[in-house]
Amino acid sequence: MVTEIVQYFKSSGSQYEEYLIQHIQLSITALLIALVIGVPLGYISYKHPKAAEFFTTTSQLLRIIPSLAILFILIPIIGVGELPALIALVFLGIPPILVNTILGFKEIPAVTKEVASGLGMDTKQLMKKIEFPLATPFILNGIKLSLVEIIASATLATYIGAGGLGTLIFTGLGLYRMDLLIIGGGTVTFLSLLSMFILDITIRKVSKNSVEFSS
Amino acid sequence: MSNSAVKFKNVEKKFAAETIIEKLSFEVEDGEFITILGSSGSGKTTTLKMINRLVEPDGGTIEVNGQSIEQIDLIELRRNIGYVVQQIGLFPHLTIEKNIATVPELLGWDKEKILVRVKELMELVKLPYEQYGKRHPKQLSGGQQQRVGVARALAANPQIMLLDEPFGAVDAITRKELQKQIKSIHKELSGKTFLFVTHDINEAFYLGDKVMIMNNGEISQYDTPKNIVTNPKTDFVKELLDTIYEEEALWRELK
Repeated sequence: MVTEIVQYFKSSGSQYEEYLIQHIQLSITALLIALVIGVPLGYISYKHPKAAEFFTTTSQLLRIIPSLAILFILIPIIGVGELPALIALVFLGIPPILVNTILGFKEIPAVTKEVASGLGMDTKQLMKKIEFPLATPFILNGIKLSLVEIIASATLATYIGAGGLGTLIFTGLGLYRMDLLIIGGGTVTFLSLLSMFILDITIRKVSKNSVEFSS
Repeated sequence: MSNSAVKFKNVEKKFAAETIIEKLSFEVEDGEFITILGSSGSGKTTTLKMINRLVEPDGGTIEVNGQSIEQIDLIELRRNIGYVVQQIGLFPHLTIEKNIATVPELLGWDKEKILVRVKELMELVKLPYEQYGKRHPKQLSGGQQQRVGVARALAANPQIMLLDEPFGAVDAITRKELQKQIKSIHKELSGKTFLFVTHDINEAFYLGDKVMIMNNGEISQYDTPKNIVTNPKTDFVKELLDTIYEEEALWRELK
């Protein structure tokens, strides 16, 4: 087994690299888009409880649909390739970010906000100086959950032609090649663990002086 | 004639159907230390919060320095009034220095001026800058945090200070110490008007140049501590003073 894995890296190292880069690129792009959509929606939801209800229910509903199903639903609409995969991953990535952003803003003690306005901060200053810094650990936690979800689901994106490490896994399944399965699956696991690890450290760092944070 | 720093005229406040404040009128002179004494639900905190418009009155007018607060820009008004609350509300993610610098930064002071001011204030509340400036609120005791809260409220040199049970959550000994400090701070910064809400009779009578005793959204009596004790005007005030006399008797007995 080990020799086969070594053999694979020797003969197809550049191919592996390509899959890895595809996977990471796809995941990061999806995360960034999810972030750009999720955080503002979270802030709006925090300011308007009705919006919060709508967005959280919708995103919870979205979560019920399996990742694979979302991928296939999009095929008749936008076809195959990287774009539908990206859209599906963004959809999967938004809920954890949205929910945790709302939570983060809600956890800010009312008295902190009252004193801030009492001292003469306007809405914008309150947001910039108080609300966002204090919600940051929670938003980061949302990013962590979202990224793990995206990295895992990006494996399935292979099915609609977006490449990535999933290619290795599905080739391995098809050809009954254990070495490919281990390389593909192992790398995805490693990527997930690595991103969790990095974000956990970051969260610990930023929440040291913040509101009590329990994940 | 001295000017009035704060003036209430027939101020009313309702929450839902319940009337919290009914036709409240009073005047606070420039430079006075006023304590507002009352039990919970008496409307004392509401009264205080109406001055910096964290609560909007339903009727009547409130004047600050002779100007109706509705005519003053809200942000402007608040930056000129210091505000301290029981839960302190220090910003946990900012250092002590940054907490105290909040309002000067909002006002756009230059850095050097802010630093000088922060050091001066930390001196005033007896927390040396070198030792405490870079710490975060979590690393301070409750009493120390409360002193930072007072320093932060004083930062931009406001003429009026609103203090809402600032020492309510600290132990008895620290509380006594803080009371002495706030009294000397008021004396040191002559000319500033302090409005201090409390439910502790001893605190109210110790600190106040005048004590405003509130009950059910009305003023029961508003006078100097001495005048209130020698001449209690309402049954409520008499009752209140009786509790103190009873306590006194208890302590005498135990001795």
